[in-house]
Amino acid sequence: MKKIIIADDEHKILMSLEYSFKKNGYEVFIARDGTEVLDFLKTMVPDVILLDIMMPNLDGYSTLEVIKEQERLKNTKVIFLSAKNNPKDIEKGLEMGADAYVTKPYSIKKLMQQIEELFEA
Amino acid sequence: MSSFALFIVVLLYLALLFLVAHLAEKKKSKLWINNPYIYALSLAVYCTAWTYYGSIGVAATSGLNYLPIYVGPIIVIPAWIFINTRIVRISRINKISSLADFISLRYGNSRNFSAIITIVCLLAVIPYIGLQIKAISETFHLVTKTATSQNILTDNATFVVVLIALFSSYYGTRYVDASEKRLGIISAIALESFLKLFFIIILGLFVIYFAFDGFSDIYEKASKFEDFKQKNTFNGIEGALNWMILCMISGTAICILPRQFHTAIVENRQEKHIKTAIWFFPLYLLIFTIFIFPIAWGGRLIFDGQNVNPEFYSILIPQHFDNSLITVLVFLGGLSSCISMIIISAITLSIMLSNNLIIPYGLLGKFKSESETQNTRNITNIRKISIFALIIMAFAFYKYFILKTSLDSVGLISFVVIAQLAPAFFGALFWRRGTYKGALIGLLAGLAICYFGLIIPQYYFSYNQELKGVLRDIYHIFDVFRIPYLSRIPEIFFWSLLTNTGLFTIISVSVKGNYRERNFAELYVDVDKYIQNHENAFIWRGTAYVSDIKNILERFLGKKKTEQALRIFNLKYNIDSQTETADSRFIKFSENLLAGRIGTASAKILIEGVTKEDKISLKEVLNILEESKENIILNKKLTEKSEELKQLSEELTVANESLMIKDRQKDDFLDSVAHELRTPITAIRSAGEILADDDDIPLDIKKEFLNNIITESDRLSEIINDILYLDKLEHGEIALNIRQNNINETYRKALNPLLHLIQQKDIHVKDVNLLTNHVFEYDEARLIQLFQNILGNALKFADEKGTIQTEFSIREDRLIITIFNTGKTIPEEDLKMIFNKFYQSKNQNILKQTGSGLGLAISKQIVEAHGGLIYAENSGSGVTFTISLPESITKNEIEKQQ
Repeated sequence: MKKIIIADDEHKILMSLEYSFKKNGYEVFIARDGTEVLDFLKTMVPDVILLDIMMPNLDGYSTLEVIKEQERLKNTKVIFLSAKNNPKDIEKGLEMGADAYVTKPYSIKKLMQQIEELFEA
Repeated sequence: MSSFALFIVVLLYLALLFLVAHLAEKKKSKLWINNPYIYALSLAVYCTAWTYYGSIGVAATSGLNYLPIYVGPIIVIPAWIFINTRIVRISRINKISSLADFISLRYGNSRNFSAIITIVCLLAVIPYIGLQIKAISETFHLVTKTATSQNILTDNATFVVVLIALFSSYYGTRYVDASEKRLGIISAIALESFLKLFFIIILGLFVIYFAFDGFSDIYEKASKFEDFKQKNTFNGIEGALNWMILCMISGTAICILPRQFHTAIVENRQEKHIKTAIWFFPLYLLIFTIFIFPIAWGGRLIFDGQNVNPEFYSILIPQHFDNSLITVLVFLGGLSSCISMIIISAITLSIMLSNNLIIPYGLLGKFKSESETQNTRNITNIRKISIFALIIMAFAFYKYFILKTSLDSVGLISFVVIAQLAPAFFGALFWRRGTYKGALIGLLAGLAICYFGLIIPQYYFSYNQELKGVLRDIYHIFDVFRIPYLSRIPEIFFWSLLTNTGLFTIISVSVKGNYRERNFAELYVDVDKYIQNHENAFIWRGTAYVSDIKNILERFLGKKKTEQALRIFNLKYNIDSQTETADSRFIKFSENLLAGRIGTASAKILIEGVTKEDKISLKEVLNILEESKENIILNKKLTEKSEELKQLSEELTVANESLMIKDRQKDDFLDSVAHELRTPITAIRSAGEILADDDDIPLDIKKEFLNNIITESDRLSEIINDILYLDKLEHGEIALNIRQNNINETYRKALNPLLHLIQQKDIHVKDVNLLTNHVFEYDEARLIQLFQNILGNALKFADEKGTIQTEFSIREDRLIITIFNTGKTIPEEDLKMIFNKFYQSKNQNILKQTGSGLGLAISKQIVEAHGGLIYAENSGSGVTFTISLPESITKNEIEKQQ
């Protein structure tokens, strides 16, 4: 069973993502911000992390930075999921090493496909 | 007091003057240089011994006649703002350093005319200096109670005069350029002016309140004199006419006396100082006059029937009361009056003597071959010797001619003689047609009348009694000119000036002037037009080489200064430094450089020596002037236009910058709006997608998703409404419904719906009410919204179990509401920005903002629509929002907002 951490501070967005990923056979962990993501990572190595960029306490970029420092997380796919759709922001996200950058609003079906493709590649 | 002791006092006093002059010269601080009061005080060099002692004598013996020497200037001085401003400008651009230069330059820069003017000034001023020496000597003997010594070597007054001569020649010739400002001397003169006024005030108060019982006591007692009434009235038409003419004499003198010309024009540093002088100096004179009357009549009361000279009442009164302190102070005041007059007069006369007589008639040839250092030394030596010689001459004059005459008459004769320069002087300022011949012949005729009418009777008759009879017969011929109502001096003043002005006018309009006179006439009368480019307006045609002129300049300025001056000239007119031939501008520029050192006439002669001038007709001059005037006007217009364009372009740059900022703000705004909208849309879309694709979805989850769709749709519409509302507020499209409301009630209405949230977070809410009046004018609905926004904000950031405190008070007619909440503070750099719509702090990625981000922006708009102010500040353990509203809102303010 694949493990996924979903980090977003919007409760209603989390709800639909959690439902869909569980339905597709993922073990889902919910985080409200970057610090909670890092807490999970202390004890586990997930297959995928979905990161919002704007979050309280620790934002998505900074969280990714910490993730990228850890050798044991090198196979974990990190996907930004953000309402920031400026080319500048997208570029920055990808340059920092995110595996994909998906802008809100998105189609859950397509998001799922994108993640599958990431594993196949 | 013994002679020796007084001499020591005088020495100390002179040492003080030396010290002040020395300090001012050395420090040259702004306080000294840019001080309009030092300038205005230096003008009071006008008040000499004649004013200080003489007018008391006049008041006692001939009543109101003491007033004209003060009233004349007081009437004329306000016109200085017009007259002196122009003279200062003319003198500045032509490097004029004396009265003789000023008048003679206008009438074609003639060497002879400037020499004659110098002689007139010498004739008028030397006796006047003698008069000061007489006053010093007599008061010295009066204070020491010694007899006047006929042996000048044993007379202490002689030594005082020698000391003054040394002081003036040392400080008066510090600069070889006579048009330079003499800071040291002027500061010393200003100090003396202050002291003489101060001492006369002390004496006046002493007489009024010590010697007598107040002013009315003197008046009452004096009015018992038989002649009191007669001496304090004008004595009918006759007296009034004389009085009026005396006013005219002194009014003219205040403008033309060489020492006044020097302090007012040559030493003027800034034109705006004239503005201070035109009120300060008349005030000074008024204060002076106030004390003349009580001293004069007090003196008569005290010394009634005794044979004393009323001119010295001011010393005799304190002496009578054995008050040697005031006696010495009064003596020092008189000494100040004399010294400052002697110093400035000697300096101005020495400049005229050297620049207009000695150098142009004797030494120019010698100067041409000497080196710069030698020439500088020669010029200063000539002036030093002149100053010394003038003072000694005046001393001799006093010893042999004016021992027996009163201070008053010598002073007035000087004024009448100097007034002969008035037609040429004022003509130079206002009349283009005035010519050299007219001015010269008028002046000579006026002088002749003064000589026969005043000088011979005054000095010659008093000296040589035997010839009196014969001359008297000759004088009878002139009796036809007697004006029955006028006394001698006003009569001669009238005839001499009438003849002088008449001849000046008639000859000027009937004889064609020389082109050079006309050229300067334009430069003088229209000085404002040429002030920037006066060298352009100087007309000269002929052949001249730069190298020849440069050679001459080097003899006086030295190599370094000459080259520096040429560089400035070439830069100003954009002339190639290799240019070999000199044009009219260069001729004028060079003459100016020399003028300060050797006078305008000598400067012209020297330059003429190395140039070959072609004659130009008067008509041509007028044409060229017309052209140059047009050029100047055109130039001015072009400059104005280019200034205008420059300003426009600057404005455009600013406008462009602000547009770019606005554009960026708009982008940021749209970006923020899009971002805000995307979040609820994402939630709606996701929920919709799941509901559409998933048929096996449990009913309760299905319901939850449907609910999400509904609440997120509400959130969307709320954001949109806020944006539109803010936009309307910003554009003043929402009219305020201003009514009288109770602010407490309004606050309660805003607070009540939030109470359950407050309880949830367990926050302590309290309010402090410092109001006496609770009714204010505002739009209640908007204010509720404002309170809810701020309170909502406070609630959001207040820590759990924290406090929110609201305080109402009135400060300076404004209603002040502060809302404080404990909790996280706002970064300082963000305090002003939080009221911007969708403003997100620099740390936006860390702290996600809650709500639409428009609450504070809306609050600010509401407050501003009420004519108020809102700001946030960090205070200790939290944040305070302060709202300041006007107590009542005027209609205008509302309309403005709408």
